[in-house]
Amino acid sequence: MSKFDLTDSDVVVVVGSGAGGGTMAHELTRRGLRVVLFEAGRRETLASFSQNPGTAYAQLTWLEPRSQTGTWDPVKNSPNQPAWHCRTVGGTTVHWTGATPRLRRYEMQARTTYGDVPGTSLADWPIDYEELKRWYLVAERRLCVTRRNGNPGMPASNNFKVMYNGAKRLGYKRVHTNYLAINSRAQDGRGFCIQQGFCVQGCKVGAKWSTLYTEIPRAEATGRLDLRTECFVTRIEHDASGRATGVIYRDAAGQEQRQKARIICVAGNAIETARLLLLSESARFPQGLANTSGQVGRNYCHHLTGFVWGIFDEPVNATRGVVLGGVVEDENVHDPRRGFVGGYHLELASLDLPTLPLVGLPYGWGRDFASIMDNYRNMAGILINGEDMPRSDNRITLSRTLKDPHGLPVAHVNCEEHPNDIALRSHAQRQARRMYEAVGAKRTLSSATPPATHQMGTARMSKDPGHGVTTPFGRTHDISNLFISDGSVQTTAGAANPTLTIVALVLRQADYIGREISAGRL
Amino acid sequence: MSEAANLSEAAVALGRRRFVQVVTAVLSGVLTGLDRAWAVELHSLSPDQSSTLLAMIHTIAPHDGLDDAAYALVAASLDADAASSAESRRVLTEGLAGLGVEFAHDPEPVRVRRLQAVEPSPFFQSVRIKTLLVLYNNPIAWTHFGYEGEAFSKGGYLLRGFNDLKWLPDVPIAAAGRMPV
Repeated sequence: MSKFDLTDSDVVVVVGSGAGGGTMAHELTRRGLRVVLFEAGRRETLASFSQNPGTAYAQLTWLEPRSQTGTWDPVKNSPNQPAWHCRTVGGTTVHWTGATPRLRRYEMQARTTYGDVPGTSLADWPIDYEELKRWYLVAERRLCVTRRNGNPGMPASNNFKVMYNGAKRLGYKRVHTNYLAINSRAQDGRGFCIQQGFCVQGCKVGAKWSTLYTEIPRAEATGRLDLRTECFVTRIEHDASGRATGVIYRDAAGQEQRQKARIICVAGNAIETARLLLLSESARFPQGLANTSGQVGRNYCHHLTGFVWGIFDEPVNATRGVVLGGVVEDENVHDPRRGFVGGYHLELASLDLPTLPLVGLPYGWGRDFASIMDNYRNMAGILINGEDMPRSDNRITLSRTLKDPHGLPVAHVNCEEHPNDIALRSHAQRQARRMYEAVGAKRTLSSATPPATHQMGTARMSKDPGHGVTTPFGRTHDISNLFISDGSVQTTAGAANPTLTIVALVLRQADYIGREISAGRL
Repeated sequence: MSEAANLSEAAVALGRRRFVQVVTAVLSGVLTGLDRAWAVELHSLSPDQSSTLLAMIHTIAPHDGLDDAAYALVAASLDADAASSAESRRVLTEGLAGLGVEFAHDPEPVRVRRLQAVEPSPFFQSVRIKTLLVLYNNPIAWTHFGYEGEAFSKGGYLLRGFNDLKWLPDVPIAAAGRMPV
């Protein structure tokens, strides 16, 4: 493995090794650039992934507490954990479930399509669908997405059989085993899915795409990657001309270090990305780095989610098999007759024990609660994934109450639900329950909103520098050699699980960085 | 959840055999099954406090047929918290004192009403959350509820029942995909 000097100001620094950062590191190293990739967590391997759900959670998750305010459920149900994402090499691609739908054309023109929705900061994306689609095609090949490019679909699990039959009884047409970045046959040097049901604990066969064992080792093989694990970046520095010059970080021993850089790409997942920009405030940028617009941390989106369960007389054994191996796409349309703007996916879901009672069920205890748990074998599950409304005050700020072990304020998350969010979610819950009732469910249940697994919007793209943080290529408006390379740049959330979009945007951004360097502009 | 994971490992150490349903005996400093098939050591709670706590956990999650050993793991975890944190100890012992020693002998509807009266308290909620974290996170519970857990060591569920549901029609291949083997 390569080691580059702290004073080497010709390296590119990438902060975060997940879908965005891991992919960026590979793309830049294969173009001949030398990259220092920072990851706050440790490096696991297929062999070190735990097969105990509780141990795996502790091994992979960003556990540092955060503070919260607002009206959505995690404020009361998980006050220190508004989000559930990873802190490990490979980032959240280690525990993700592989769902890779595309955004739809209408979702990228949200302001135009939905009109003026009071209380939102809806905007159109500054790039159009055709432009993004070019890169979706590249990303889908890279991730070996099922049902694309001739890749077979995932075989139907028990849980999907229930979803499929219920959806068909309701008249839904676009119902299948989902677009998944999980090998349905061996390819890309990785095996096929053996239906373990342990996607979230880290895929021990590597059938699921993760930068941990695809992009990152490929970047290392170029000889141009210096991966620094357990290294936490605390500040981005700039010079008098306003160019970023490097980062300050705490190394694995807790020592403060400074790494020089020619270009910096931040890919810390939208909450930490916003936090790092805010922590990097300076005399020149007193509101935080790249925050002349005041938009850093604002417009935080996390998707409207929630579980719906059907309890049947017969066994389902929903945890056997790939977790998100099914989708109903029919409601991912804009149809205001339903009483809300935007749309949603109904995706297959199952939860292990003890995660089901911890985050997947409505609050309760006593005989009624116990009777639900007693039916664990007979439960089929759905996870709603809907578009949430961006709001200016749904935002990441620096906490006034909590500090991390380095003495730095942690991220504070404020999240107020919009009436459109509530209307969309209740429609989705009703439809999912109707699906299960149509195939004989004796009882259906909807959960509270679990901690967010998708983070978006906190450094949104805009053509006008006054309206967003980055250009349509994710280059910050304020600082020409500072890029945002994760879901933070999404102008709106749409209803698509964000990883495919993150990878597509990063592939496009890396191509742009290469061209800008060649043209002498970077 | 790491603590819960440790406890589930402790449960494995206790032995994987199916425990007979027993009434938990509360001895000084130890919870044990009447047949001595398992035992959980306590460091902080008195026998009376343990009896009240076990009755409370049973009332929060009343699963007929779930072995008492699983409930004892929850009590042991709360006891460990109380032994390591003065604040946890205060919340727990004050809460248990409020329920009183007679609580363990009250019929279930009475116990439910008494717990409803303290439901918003940190005492009740911390015991409830600990119950979720520990009661459902050990091999005894997994066997009881039918959570089959990891399958990597057995080659996954691909050939072991991931698609064995017969009470609904099969899915057309166009909506799914063929088996890889």
